[in-house]
Amino acid sequence: MSLFDKKLSEIHSELRSKQLSASDLVEASLTRIKEVDQEIKAVLTVDEEGARRQAKALDERLAKGESEQGLLFALPAGVKDNIVTEGVRTTCASKFLSNYDPIYDATASKKLKAADAVIVAKCNMDEFAMGGSTENSGFYETKNPWNPAYVPGGSSGGSAAAMAAREFFFTLGSDTGGSIRQPAAFCGVVGLKPTYGRVSRFGLVAFASSLDQIGPITKNVEDAAYVLQAIAGYDEYDSTSAKVEVPDFLSALTGDVKGLRIGVPKELIGDGIDSEVRDAVLAALKQLESMGATWSEVSMRHTEYAVPAYYLLSSSEASSNLARFDGVRYGVRADNADNLIEMYKESRSQGFGPEVKRRIMLGTYALSSGYYDAYYKKAQQVRTLIIRDFTEVFANFDVILHPTTPTTAFKLGEHINDPVKMYLEDICTVPVNLAGLPAISVPCGFSSKGLPIGMQIVGKAFDESTILRVAHAYEQATTHHLKKPELVRGEIG
Amino acid sequence: MSQFETVIGLEVHAELSTNSKIFCGCPTTFGAPPNTHTCPICLGHPGVLPVTNKQAVEFAMKAALALNCEISRETKFDRKNYFYPDLPKAYQISQYDQPIGKNGWIDIEVNGEKKRIGINRLHLEEDAGKLTHAEYGGGTLVDYNRVGVPLIEIVSEPDISSPEEAKAYLEKLKAILQYTEVSDVRMEQGSLRCDANVSIRPVGQKELGTKTELKNMNSFRNVQLGLEYEVERQREVVKSGGKVTQETRRWDEAGKKTVVMRSKEEAHDYRYFPDPDLVRMQISEEWIEAVKASIPELPDARQARYIDEYGLSREDAGVITISKDSADFFDEAVKTGADPKAVANWLMGDLFGYLNANNLELADVKITPQGLGEMIKLIEKGTISTKIAKVVFKEMVETGKEPAKIVEEQGLVQISDEGELKRIVDEVIAANPQSVADYKAGKKQAVGYLVGQVMKQTKGKANPPMVNKLLVEAIEQL
Amino acid sequence: MSAISRKEVEHVADLARLQLPEEEIGRYTKDLNAILEFAAKLSELDTSNVEPTSHATDVKNVMREDVNRPSLPREVALRNAPDQEDGQLKVPAVFE
Repeated sequence: MSLFDKKLSEIHSELRSKQLSASDLVEASLTRIKEVDQEIKAVLTVDEEGARRQAKALDERLAKGESEQGLLFALPAGVKDNIVTEGVRTTCASKFLSNYDPIYDATASKKLKAADAVIVAKCNMDEFAMGGSTENSGFYETKNPWNPAYVPGGSSGGSAAAMAAREFFFTLGSDTGGSIRQPAAFCGVVGLKPTYGRVSRFGLVAFASSLDQIGPITKNVEDAAYVLQAIAGYDEYDSTSAKVEVPDFLSALTGDVKGLRIGVPKELIGDGIDSEVRDAVLAALKQLESMGATWSEVSMRHTEYAVPAYYLLSSSEASSNLARFDGVRYGVRADNADNLIEMYKESRSQGFGPEVKRRIMLGTYALSSGYYDAYYKKAQQVRTLIIRDFTEVFANFDVILHPTTPTTAFKLGEHINDPVKMYLEDICTVPVNLAGLPAISVPCGFSSKGLPIGMQIVGKAFDESTILRVAHAYEQATTHHLKKPELVRGEIG
Repeated sequence: MSQFETVIGLEVHAELSTNSKIFCGCPTTFGAPPNTHTCPICLGHPGVLPVTNKQAVEFAMKAALALNCEISRETKFDRKNYFYPDLPKAYQISQYDQPIGKNGWIDIEVNGEKKRIGINRLHLEEDAGKLTHAEYGGGTLVDYNRVGVPLIEIVSEPDISSPEEAKAYLEKLKAILQYTEVSDVRMEQGSLRCDANVSIRPVGQKELGTKTELKNMNSFRNVQLGLEYEVERQREVVKSGGKVTQETRRWDEAGKKTVVMRSKEEAHDYRYFPDPDLVRMQISEEWIEAVKASIPELPDARQARYIDEYGLSREDAGVITISKDSADFFDEAVKTGADPKAVANWLMGDLFGYLNANNLELADVKITPQGLGEMIKLIEKGTISTKIAKVVFKEMVETGKEPAKIVEEQGLVQISDEGELKRIVDEVIAANPQSVADYKAGKKQAVGYLVGQVMKQTKGKANPPMVNKLLVEAIEQL
Repeated sequence: MSAISRKEVEHVADLARLQLPEEEIGRYTKDLNAILEFAAKLSELDTSNVEPTSHATDVKNVMREDVNRPSLPREVALRNAPDQEDGQLKVPAVFE
């Protein structure tokens, strides 16, 4: 078994028995990046020196026999490049921030460091997390490790592809409308979007503040529980982070789903869902049924309105959140401007890619005088209706289960010129963000083309334990998560 | 030509006296080297989030309650979006449709007439940075120390009908903010700023005329001058058959006139929306009551007390209470047991006179209220004369020494010893036979000259009534 | 809901401080119209009695005590500045 196939808990026992050192792990990750990332292009910045230095310090602590070890001790991590890392370039995959040298750490970065994880690299993404294919990166596209002609999904495409290609032991992504779950599904890995407020957003470069959440992308459910444990919790620097107790997520992984009531929205399992995807999810339901769960179809009648509401709200917030990229304090300032307004316009226009501009335009329009009520406020009201849909279902069910995506990964360049078509791909993921709920995507099969299929388990607010338990039980009973893409089948480490 | 009336509304910004900024922990103190009171949050770095300073909210509530506003029980922060280099996030966190306070008022008095000026709203927001011309290369320099200092914006109703009323409103507003200690209200440091909306209309017309917005009036005096100029300018425009254009104008202090800053075509579309980074606020009855309980006696109540308890005139009580510093000074001085009216006279006459002549504030001089009270008591006891008190007063203002000490050190104790004074009186009579003759001939005022001579010889320390008595007695006996 | 005109697109770009090249304005107009047409779907719903959700959490009154935290050294605060002079950020002239 390759080093990268091992669960985080297994790596830790090898570290404790001194079969492995922190430096071994970091070197394995750095070597792996060199081997495969030329092709996959999942990372933007590698902090080779910093990672080696930290590994050495951790090994010294091990040598001293120090018993205090963080939860993620010595684990090489990839962090999505919209999570700020002090002293390590953070670009949001935008040309505008190509030279940005952060002067502080995101709370999530701090927590990783406090848990003794080693941040090895920053992962590629759609610019400012706007997109579902990582084709909107201002630097380069990331390829799907299962087939480089296909997209890895997005916006956390780099984080998901890097996990599938086994470049790290875990990665962090961010999810505003599906940006963790959709690429996890496309890349055949596990992606968890926690409840809004579970993980601090401080230092996550905001796309849509009322929807954004940081979460782990891992090879398996147990690892996801590990990483969530380390990054969750109230943060005095984030007013929207929840003062809610963080349970022991690992102890939730009992393998037991007896009596679990699963609701399956008919709107997300019928028309518009690819038949191979539907079949895989129905098979998974059957599997869970055989383990003692029950499921029935439910209706979430406002689902079809979720995508337009989501695009209006997220773009409105984004138009304001991205206004600070004005070339005054940081970022790349255009040098051909004669006056202040021209400086603003040139810097922003040269720094932002077309999708980012499109969304800023949409959001600016939706908030502008005369249109606010018709677009922004209307979308907020529809958001209320979507929240009610969930509340109704959760009155009778423990979890909601459906495909993570309507289709498997699409080809590079296939959707790039049709924004509406691209947006509709998000139908299965955006309602969850609008309602602020936790959801996990786990592999549940492969298409005839050999591309991974993901299913999504949605939980009640702050009930990550239940979705982790269900996902873990399913994973224990199946082998989809053990399958690896061609390029990583060889032995490593 | 019909008569015109003036309609003025004022928008006042006051910085709150919190220790830290409204959304981060940086200090709010004035005068630090540029960009040394900043952090990733107030610099608007990517990824940062605001967390509201509770004290700022309470100060805003306190000010709102002191200004007779209703408190919004449900309130929130909104983003006001516009690009400007002094605004790091390119939006200002402010309050749009749910201001903390609304529907308040202030009572003012101009030329003996009372008037109530409505307050439309009071809301909480963050301050912007400071821009200055670059010395080289013609750019603009940005200092972010002030960014994020908490501000309240107080918007009056257009109830003000003259520049004098505007000044009275501002003075009263400043006093209330000072009394409640929510702001240090220093216009010269920019912690109190005032913009005005000005229009004129024919008397009897209901609709408001086209208004201009007046900015950059950085002192009370300039507010009055700017408004006077602008009202006159609008009258001239209308009289000559023109129309007032809606625009923003700036008071040009050097040129003593208002000049156009920008016209309405460039009007902003601020795209306000609720800030999703900050949660909503709910203000409970208990919270309001607790804040209410912390409000001290306000200027109007204090003025009434001075009239009732101390018998001061309405005007004098008004002058003393318009500044918290002077009212506190007065109260402390009266506590020594000195006569309140005498304290008021010394305070408003000699002390304010000195401050005005030297362009100083009460805080800048060393005299203490206890010192002034004790000095007045020395006069009452006859230890020093009123004339000597002027000398003692000047010394107190400059050194802050206790009056008794000054009197002792400089030997200023009034000579009330009859024997000593009799000797000097006899000398003066002997040296001035002509004046004595004049007095005897019926020119009673000649005694004044002789008193003066005695005072001169005693360097002013002689007890004047006693000298007078001794002189008259001595001459009568001649 | 009415379609967005080319002129409105130019106005919105100005508000957002974006410089759209002449040849791109047409494309943005087309894209925005497609998205807005898609968004117009929301008008099918009667939301007259529905409260808008403006915040993702129902929690209220999250505030901090009025305590100072250390500010940054100036060189760190200005580390990423595209232009600076005498400890201040520098931008093209604001004043005429």
